[in-house]
Amino acid sequence: MLSRIAESMFWIGRYVERAEDTARILDVQTQLLLEDATLDEQETCHGLLSIMGIEDPPDSVDLAYVLGSLAYDTTSPTSIATAIGAARESARRARETLSVPLWEVINTTHRDIVSGRFAARRAPHVFQWVRERAALINGTADATMTRDEGWQFLMLGRCVERADMTSRLVATSSLTTATSTQWTSTLRACGAYEAFLRTYRGQETERAAAEFLLLDRLFPRSVVFSLNRAEQCLDNLESSGQRAGFQNDAQRLLGRTRAELEYRSLSDVLADLPAEMERLQRTCALATEAVTRRFFAGAEALAWNGMGA
Amino acid sequence: MAAMFEGYQSGGPAFDEMFDGGALRSPYLRLRESLTSMTTPDLVSRVEALQAGYLDQGVTFDIGGEERAFPLDILPRVIEMDTWSTIETGVQQRVRALEMFLADVYDAGEVFDDGVIPRRVITTSSHYHRASANVRPPNGVRVHVSGIDLIRDNSGEFRVLEDNVRVPSGVSYVMTNRRAISAALPETFAEHRIRPVASYPQRLLAALRAAAPAGVTDPTVVVLTPGVYNGAYFEHALLARTMGVELVEGRDLECRRGRVMMRTTQGLAPVHVIYRRIDDEFLDPVHFRADSVLGCPGMIDAARAGNVTLANAVGNGVADDKLVYTYMPDIIRYYLGEEPVIRNVDTWRCGEPDHLTEVLDRLDELVLKPVDGSGGKGIVIGPRASRSELDELRGKVQEDPRSWIAQPVVQLSTVPTFVDGELGPRHVDLRPFAVNDGTRVWVLPGGLTRVALAKGELIVNSSRGGGSKDTWVLAGPTFEPSEETLADGTVVDESPSETREIPVAVVADPEPGPEAPAAGPAMTTGLSTVFEQSEQQQQARGGARRC
Repeated sequence: MLSRIAESMFWIGRYVERAEDTARILDVQTQLLLEDATLDEQETCHGLLSIMGIEDPPDSVDLAYVLGSLAYDTTSPTSIATAIGAARESARRARETLSVPLWEVINTTHRDIVSGRFAARRAPHVFQWVRERAALINGTADATMTRDEGWQFLMLGRCVERADMTSRLVATSSLTTATSTQWTSTLRACGAYEAFLRTYRGQETERAAAEFLLLDRLFPRSVVFSLNRAEQCLDNLESSGQRAGFQNDAQRLLGRTRAELEYRSLSDVLADLPAEMERLQRTCALATEAVTRRFFAGAEALAWNGMGA
Repeated sequence: MAAMFEGYQSGGPAFDEMFDGGALRSPYLRLRESLTSMTTPDLVSRVEALQAGYLDQGVTFDIGGEERAFPLDILPRVIEMDTWSTIETGVQQRVRALEMFLADVYDAGEVFDDGVIPRRVITTSSHYHRASANVRPPNGVRVHVSGIDLIRDNSGEFRVLEDNVRVPSGVSYVMTNRRAISAALPETFAEHRIRPVASYPQRLLAALRAAAPAGVTDPTVVVLTPGVYNGAYFEHALLARTMGVELVEGRDLECRRGRVMMRTTQGLAPVHVIYRRIDDEFLDPVHFRADSVLGCPGMIDAARAGNVTLANAVGNGVADDKLVYTYMPDIIRYYLGEEPVIRNVDTWRCGEPDHLTEVLDRLDELVLKPVDGSGGKGIVIGPRASRSELDELRGKVQEDPRSWIAQPVVQLSTVPTFVDGELGPRHVDLRPFAVNDGTRVWVLPGGLTRVALAKGELIVNSSRGGGSKDTWVLAGPTFEPSEETLADGTVVDESPSETREIPVAVVADPEPGPEAPAAGPAMTTGLSTVFEQSEQQQQARGGARRC
């Protein structure tokens, strides 16, 4: 498969997942601000913006600003609208390799943004819409794509992004003096609340919730689950049959971080949760760089220094 | 209820393809019949569905970076079998002559020695590339894909307006238009026997594979696109997808030791045939424009060495030049010994003295075109020019008669078109596509009909507000549906849409048939008992409460 196409597939996976997870995070936070009158809007918004990687926000921010820069604003690099636009642009570049139904669900999702229907939807319905579109895109991909390299890259992108975004979601839970309602809504945002209750038999503690979102090996949105899947994708892509160690830098990085999470004591990890989560996000960024070097580097343009140059 | 074609005014000197004054022409009999019962609101709703569908599917073209849905008129253009077979023969003849002409031009040049066309006409052309001289393509084909632009003059005769043997575009819309119209007008579509256009990608792929360098048994074919910002990107992606080959950009390619390779996740992979949708000048910075970033350095040398085939061949532009066009009838006679099946639009070359006298005489009723101009630059339309403009033109033509040609003002034929809620005559042209696989020139039954959507407008280009129409070539009662095996062994089904039947398996003895899909616990009958009982339970409880 062409390097350029592989790169597009990887980023389709990442952008779609990013749009979905941003919607989930916003859903929790807007709900919290609405329900909990004791929360300071300024402080919460600032915390949220910094966790989502927005540097230097203005001193006075409110919910409307947050929604603009993380959901609606097509000029903000962190917004849902931008992520969907970027997913569609990547899909357009790889259009001949996508199945027609997959291209069309991505394209119609993007059409809603261009036509202004997206901007007209209000919170929290807009978050539900994003989740549904993402489910439609992922489901169509799942039902129509052959499990070839393209699929592996799509999944790799999705899993790396999911690990990254779940870590941000967990970090937002410790934004304010974490109340158990905050963890409840975080779990709800992942659609994991019922699964959590069943697993922990109603023992609702912050510690248990964090453990579930970070370390559960069966819950598909947990960090460990996502990292595991990402490693698998890389393994499928390499298929070197090596007996010892790993050649692929991305695989090393992801594997090491996952092992660290799993084998360290939970208290240790929870002691400084925000810093741990930031480290995880850095790993994801480094892994992306490593994947780019290993598989997509061929896409770099070769310059011809002709007479004119 | 207003009947569909009531009040349609064809009028004017232009040939209307549906109505002859008040009388209906034969190709459109069925079309009118099946549309008479349709009301305008019904048609409007279908038009809206059609447009929404094109946006959702992303059938678009780019103007200045903005993506727009390609305008498609809901009413098809119908061409009868007999008319079509003339077009088909004419296009095939033209492509064969163009192939022989190009082979001659880039080789011995006998056509010049025999005085059919002056050598200077070719050597002064900006599209003549020495890089192509003495290069013999593997199966002798230079014009793998061509689009011959046709118009219909005032008496209804088809004429050639232009040859396109470089990178003709538009064929993707022929295929998407057909699908869209068959969805928009299913009843009408079912009542016609229309020759299918969907086999184009297989034909093209077979022709490209047949053009592979010698010794390559299983060639890797790619489509080379300038990138997503190109106006025809949609077409490039569609062709690559439907042929099942990679769509590459210049930066995906790399030349190593005279071979073209593409960068894949598994390293470099060889490429054998490149269906390039990039102009000659941008293909290879080593030979052509040094600042080109669209192509790949070394590609021309690889092609000259015979390690990769470029389709269409480099340097084809000399054959679709405006001045060469005027020599085409002679070129056809010279190489094939036949009269042209489809005539050119009458053209005077001002460089010839007797032509010049006539042109200067009738300057106010002709269209004057500079031979080296393109995109309408320098064209003077006699009837619309002022006295002083004509005098200025006369001076220019007399000074340098060789660089001018003259044509009568051509009225394109009209077809009923649905614009702004009403039917009106609009001018159309036709671009049939031909694929040459080295053994046979195949003409896609249909081609792209472009329509000028503004009233009276004669320019049909999509960049100037033009749209398109689905073009139906009727199969006729005697048409033999056939399955054909192409050069590479693929089978193409050529049967018209209506005659395709689904074979029905007749089973005499009822064998154990396919099983019904397995039912889960929610579907079993056992559950219904549970359901009934739980319902009774509730009723009982309800009763208990009532007590």
